[in-house]
Amino acid sequence: METFVQQLVNGLSLGSIYALIALGYTMVYGIIKLINFAHGDVYMLGAYVGYAVTTFTGLGFFPAIIISMAACAVLGMLIERVAYKPLRASSRIAVLITAIGISLLLEYVMMYFVGPEVRSYPDVLSKQHFELGGVVVGVQQIYIVVTAVVLMALLQFIVKNTKRGKAMRAVSIDADAAQLMGIDVNRTISFTFLLGSALAGAAGVLVGIYYNSIDPLMGVMPGLKAFVAAVFGGIGSIPGAMIGGVGIGVIETLVSGYGSSMYRDAAVFALLIVILIVRPRGLLGKQTGEKL
Amino acid sequence: MKKILAIVCVLALAGGMLSACGKDSGGGDAKSDTVQIGVNYELTGDVATYGNDSVNGIKMAIDEVNANGGVLGGKQIELIVKDDKSDPAESTSIEESLMGDGKIVAALGPATSGNFRAVIPIATNYGIPVISSSATADDDITVDKNGNVREFVFRTCFTDSFQGKTMSNFAFNELSAKKAVIFGDTSSDYAKGLAANFKSNFESLGGAVVGEEGYVAKDKDFNSVLTKIKGQDFDVLFVPGYYQEAGLIIKQARELGIKQPILGADGFDSPELVNLAGAANATDIYFSNHYSSLDKDPAVVKFIEDYKAANGTEPGAFIAMGYDLGKYIVDAIERAGAADAKAIAKALAETKEFSGVTGTFSVDKDHNVVKSAVVIKLENGAQVSATRV
Repeated sequence: METFVQQLVNGLSLGSIYALIALGYTMVYGIIKLINFAHGDVYMLGAYVGYAVTTFTGLGFFPAIIISMAACAVLGMLIERVAYKPLRASSRIAVLITAIGISLLLEYVMMYFVGPEVRSYPDVLSKQHFELGGVVVGVQQIYIVVTAVVLMALLQFIVKNTKRGKAMRAVSIDADAAQLMGIDVNRTISFTFLLGSALAGAAGVLVGIYYNSIDPLMGVMPGLKAFVAAVFGGIGSIPGAMIGGVGIGVIETLVSGYGSSMYRDAAVFALLIVILIVRPRGLLGKQTGEKL
Repeated sequence: MKKILAIVCVLALAGGMLSACGKDSGGGDAKSDTVQIGVNYELTGDVATYGNDSVNGIKMAIDEVNANGGVLGGKQIELIVKDDKSDPAESTSIEESLMGDGKIVAALGPATSGNFRAVIPIATNYGIPVISSSATADDDITVDKNGNVREFVFRTCFTDSFQGKTMSNFAFNELSAKKAVIFGDTSSDYAKGLAANFKSNFESLGGAVVGEEGYVAKDKDFNSVLTKIKGQDFDVLFVPGYYQEAGLIIKQARELGIKQPILGADGFDSPELVNLAGAANATDIYFSNHYSSLDKDPAVVKFIEDYKAANGTEPGAFIAMGYDLGKYIVDAIERAGAADAKAIAKALAETKEFSGVTGTFSVDKDHNVVKSAVVIKLENGAQVSATRV
């Protein structure tokens, strides 16, 4: 029983990170029907910005996460402006391939500048652990979960209760109609990239601190897993991405904890195949009758 | 034409990098009073640290020899250093260019087993000996797949199976461990070989491997497997793999409250291991290595002092192995009595009790070396003891 609870704690902290990344996938998909494969690399850059801030300026956790979120927000908007906007009228496959290209570009430009070796974060959060009835919980794990929950609540508030959020929802339902109603579609899309990338930046810093290891290719696997999480929860649905992220984290942990560690990644991707066959719209996806 | 221009540019760049390291591929004037040795190492790319460290060690050794009057009664040794970019295909073409002009009498490197394998056909073809200081793979290095010894292929390091056995002996005899759990990298041949040899030897000694788990390179989260391992009854945790993941495994294991000793092999040998794990967590860690800077042997102490005086840092294992390789090839040329590739290969094969900073070794009939390993213990991130086994 203790082991099971311990595995849930492990799964929850891993899943919170997947959820933060998955939100970016799902929002961008919701608004322009693009799977932004460069998203995992924005997360990687967020981790490096956090590394630079904490290592070279000695700032603490909160300034690091805010600076990293701001940097990633700008980067996300820049990517959209430079790479995706000129292709808005092109076929979806052209944009998708561009996204993969941007992903590789970010990975290898970063590798050129910082080298391929792993780097470790300075100690910015307490490494303290305490035991609750045989279950070990780290202060850093609590920070991860709390930060993720706060950011997700904030996102939900922006989307549901602000004018910008209303515009986002309008564009995601019908971009042309939204434009006729006087909504600036381009600005709204930029805003969506801004929000999604900022969350990825936050996830990057959290991972850097928690796992204490960052490298230029660190975004590849979590990016794919977060994509699976977004599909699992229902791509386009924000609560779905949260549930999907935590769900994938817990499933992964339980598979390696109770099954075999060798099948962990296989289980996650097998799940993707099963979802696509059985319920392509995911857990909370809307039945829109649209072709996926 | 554009292509040629591009190639010229790349070569010019590579040349620029190399010239920073000292002696470069030379014109070859004064042919008769120099002995040329090819050096083909990973100076850029994934495993650039291995290549650069090895070449620095080789250069240090050769500079010492040249300063003391060279070889064969006064001939200076000239190193022709080329970069294989950590790529097997590039290793092959570099080796071809080194051996093709018929000037070199022996070639050193590359560092990794995969790249070293790529140069073996070239060396066999030209009949020029190649030696690696760190190609530790068991199969297909000095002996081909049919069991025939390769006449011109040598190495100066022990093999992966030897390390697996060494660590299982150490666990069973020195740490009195009866039950072991293996948690290894399943995406590298190196780690799989270590795991298999550890297991078979540990079981033949009378121990039991009570759990086997795996991860793949670049994983960062090991909590779930470690939680599972924590619930088992075991004495030691063996982690065959490289420091990038091993550092994180040590950190996460200690944070979850796994207090048993954690064992590994030379893949643990990097200061980054302790940075990743955190100094306080890097306690009760044992790993086998080729050399330790704690060694009190006078030759080792002198090597460390000389290196520190020139570079300001402690030499790592690859530098020490490169240094030994440099001294070893000079020793073989002296014993051969001539700057002749065939005679040098014969002298290499007949090596008896060559003494270097990474230990004393002889070459056996399979061109493998019989050599001891060092088991290093980490306590709070610092190397506290080194035991020759």
